Amino acid sequence: MTALHHKLFRDLGRMAGQMTAITAVLACGIATYVTMRCSYDSLLFARSEYYSAYRFADVFAHVKRAPEALARSIAEIPGVAAVQTRIVTDVTLDVPGLEEPATARLVSIPARRVLLLNDLFLRQGRYIEPDRRDEAVISEAFAGANLLKIGDSVDAVINGKWERLRIAGIGLSPEYLYEVKPGEIFPDNRRFGVLWISRETLEAAFDMKEAFNDVSLSLAQGASEPEVIERLDHLLEPYGGLGAYGRPDQISYRFIADELTELRAMGLILPTIFLAIVAFLLHVVMSRLVTTERSQIAVLKAFGYGRLEIAGHYLKFGLLAALPGSVLGIAGGLWLGSLFTGVYARYFHFPVLRLQPEPYLPLAAAAVGAGAACIGALSAARRAVALAPAEAMRPESPEKFRAGILEHSGLMTWLVPATRMIVRNLSRRPWKALATALGIALAVSILVVGRYTIDSVNYLVDLQFRVMQREDLTIAFQEPRPEHARYELAQLPGVLQVETFREVPARLRFGHRSRKSSILGTSREDTLRPLLDRNLSWVEVPAEGIVLNSRLGEILGARPGSQIQVEVLEGARPVRLVTVAGWVEQPIGLGAYMQANALHRMMREAGTISGAHLKVDSTQAARLYSLLKRTPSISAVAVKDVALASFWKSYGDTIWISTTMLVGFASIIAFGIVYNGLRIALSERGHELASLRVLGYTRAEIGRILLGEQGLLLVLAIPFGLALGYGLSLLTSHALARDLIRLPLVIGPVSYTYAAGIVVAAGVLSGLVVIRRLAHMDLTEVLKSRE
Amino acid sequence: MSPASELTTRANLAGSEPVFHIHGVTKVYRMGDVEVHALRGVDLDLYAGEFVVVLGPSGSGKSTLLNILGGLDVPTAGEVHYLDHQLTGAGDAALTRFRREHVGFVFQFYNLIPSLTALENVALVTEIADHPMDPEKALRMVDLGERLNHFPSQLSGGEQQRVAIARAVAKRPDILLCDEPTGALDYPTGKLVLDVLDRINRDLGTIAVVITHNAAIAGMADRVVRVGSGRIVEITRNERRLLPSELSW
Repeated sequence: MTALHHKLFRDLGRMAGQMTAITAVLACGIATYVTMRCSYDSLLFARSEYYSAYRFADVFAHVKRAPEALARSIAEIPGVAAVQTRIVTDVTLDVPGLEEPATARLVSIPARRVLLLNDLFLRQGRYIEPDRRDEAVISEAFAGANLLKIGDSVDAVINGKWERLRIAGIGLSPEYLYEVKPGEIFPDNRRFGVLWISRETLEAAFDMKEAFNDVSLSLAQGASEPEVIERLDHLLEPYGGLGAYGRPDQISYRFIADELTELRAMGLILPTIFLAIVAFLLHVVMSRLVTTERSQIAVLKAFGYGRLEIAGHYLKFGLLAALPGSVLGIAGGLWLGSLFTGVYARYFHFPVLRLQPEPYLPLAAAAVGAGAACIGALSAARRAVALAPAEAMRPESPEKFRAGILEHSGLMTWLVPATRMIVRNLSRRPWKALATALGIALAVSILVVGRYTIDSVNYLVDLQFRVMQREDLTIAFQEPRPEHARYELAQLPGVLQVETFREVPARLRFGHRSRKSSILGTSREDTLRPLLDRNLSWVEVPAEGIVLNSRLGEILGARPGSQIQVEVLEGARPVRLVTVAGWVEQPIGLGAYMQANALHRMMREAGTISGAHLKVDSTQAARLYSLLKRTPSISAVAVKDVALASFWKSYGDTIWISTTMLVGFASIIAFGIVYNGLRIALSERGHELASLRVLGYTRAEIGRILLGEQGLLLVLAIPFGLALGYGLSLLTSHALARDLIRLPLVIGPVSYTYAAGIVVAAGVLSGLVVIRRLAHMDLTEVLKSRE
Repeated sequence: MSPASELTTRANLAGSEPVFHIHGVTKVYRMGDVEVHALRGVDLDLYAGEFVVVLGPSGSGKSTLLNILGGLDVPTAGEVHYLDHQLTGAGDAALTRFRREHVGFVFQFYNLIPSLTALENVALVTEIADHPMDPEKALRMVDLGERLNHFPSQLSGGEQQRVAIARAVAKRPDILLCDEPTGALDYPTGKLVLDVLDRINRDLGTIAVVITHNAAIAGMADRVVRVGSGRIVEITRNERRLLPSELSW
């Protein structure tokens, strides 16, 4: 090891406190990068493996009932590689140990195992046997949540007949990678599951002999998806086609694609912010280092050390400072990544989801860390190189002070000398003061963003489950039923209030944009599902016209007053022009609303209902549930409180992990910035403060001068940081806005207080550390040294 | 002084080509709004093996002269030659190479690297030199063989300056430039340091240039250059070089 290297390591050791702070911030930055990146890599890898090995389809369509012979015509569409027809239907299920009825999606599979699109991966047990019509393969998440094992039975009402299904196998399919009840956002594996049963059983039960109601296609290389979809729609239309769609509109694909996009964006934005702060901290620390070492640099130059050697020395300083942070960050990031993939494995059901970072990831992370360090060290290294040796041999001349606006305004005369020193120090180097304040503000803002996630989810849940859904229970019928079914529902035990709704699937078009949605027919007297505007005031659905969810309006580009085309995908399939009467604000879903009467008129039908929202006497709930389980016409029952509880159960952890990570990292950053600011101030003012001590100032007084400067910056930076945090949260809410769910921009006062409090705490803690150093200041030593 | 080395010193002085040749050197600094004329047309030749003391009050320009001799600074006008190298107008790389290969510096405030031990401070220079001494030998030469692994903060001022001298000579420079080497030291320690410089000049034949405002030191020089207001006022040759022990102030 050369003497210069000895110097390097000893200097690093001497600045251990500051280096630790920088290391910690860098480790946070690298850890976020590695976490997001390896989660992304792992999900992407698992998905592509799964999709190709189990032949995930490219195009999907649901139809009322089409003859099997149509499959041949579909196969002949140019670009179609394979066709899979199926019978898919939702039924209620009685699961042992579960009070409420569960919803099962029944998917037909051939009696004998062949290669399928959206094929089954069997985790346990076996495929159904050809001659056993009561066997089923059950989805792993559903089995796990309900503790169902091979050999257990579940009871299903299959087209009016009570059937007992025996579990032969436990499996997965890429189609249900994200296993969620139709129309919902959050999975509830206890109450929704997929059952694969023999096609013959379903043919017989649903009168589908030689027919199908669901078709999936895979496309040949180079095929045009929109063209295939158009032709498929054309073929299916006479049979009640509900509109074909590609992978982007397939619910599982959509969720994982959104997650991947989010990971990628976060894996870029967060590390960039963190590493920019590292570069800034390193820049400040090393600029100070070069100033204190100017005479040493001069000696090196006098003895013939060249530009490259000097620059290299300081760059190495930066790189060495970055090394432990990078190592820590990579290790921590891989650990957090395995935590993340563990959480993902709960929502996304893969045959295998392992932490599978790209092999170059640690190298890339180290390079990113080194890059940030080099950027931070660069200007210091350049200053060291540019230092004229003869100049540097002389002590630095006193820093220039000039009378500024404050002086001329006469304001200064009102201030005590100590305060004057603070104000002058800050105003003399406004850029540095600004950069420090910006760093603190960034830390505050990241804390605000971390808290924003919590606040907005709380708010969303409250808004969705308490304000917008006031029912206890929602029932969906298998087939639309006459309106008088409402009286049957009212007769059920414990039912206090019934509000029926009509729901028809439809494609909405405006100009060249279109979107599949469903139109909900509501009545003026309804109170259980209020439609609200931005200010939470009730929105009245007019006798004519349609009210759109604002996000749906944005997607279509339509505004109130626009005429949109409604193409109903059920019954007589009417196509009508309807005027947009207004918008409703809803954080979840893409709904469209009309008055039930207007909808009936459009459908040319008498009063018909698709389902109902119920208020229920909780003491009677058990009886009601057991009755509902056995009601054949019902395809799904949703109990609101249960859904809410399951949401917190499944999402509580996830939110907690990601928020803790963010808040923890932001706290480290806050501490790193404030502590470093103080240490630099101490180094710069050490001589001055010692002089003041010699003149008779007390330790408390010089402490005030030192801490006052940083304290003033802190106080100025916090409001700015809070505002910045609001702005960043706004950006985040836009970045995270999905078609199906939008996090509202809500940040409570507690969160602002929390963010400010953490940074103030970091300031106080750093202040205490520095005050301890002040107490040990050796006056004579400080005065003797030139720095 | 051994008769043999005395002979070479004298021989070099007489008639041979100068090692350094400075002609018409001017240096103007800008300090804020004022121009400072540090040197106003200086001519000086230095010969192999000689010991030169540059005397002058502070602000006379002697440090500037030393910096220009050592390639730490470049003149505003005039010529500086080292043997057949032209130092005037040389770029940073050339000056760095010149300092690296030929010059040893000793500063008033020692300028040791505080984070390096005595041995490491010397090694700092030997590591980049072509034919250096063993750092330990250099420290033994200045009688610090027992303090090799002490940090500067653990050494007295005189010891620190001796480390600085060891560091300067360890690379076997052609010229040793000393800026007030005793300025920060007490009387006996200062004499000890001068003794080391004298020994090195005699034993190794290194040209030594010592700048000082202490006129008493002039006695140990071959030649004495007096500087004032940026000009060379007078150059005198001592009939006999005194030993440092013979000096007093």
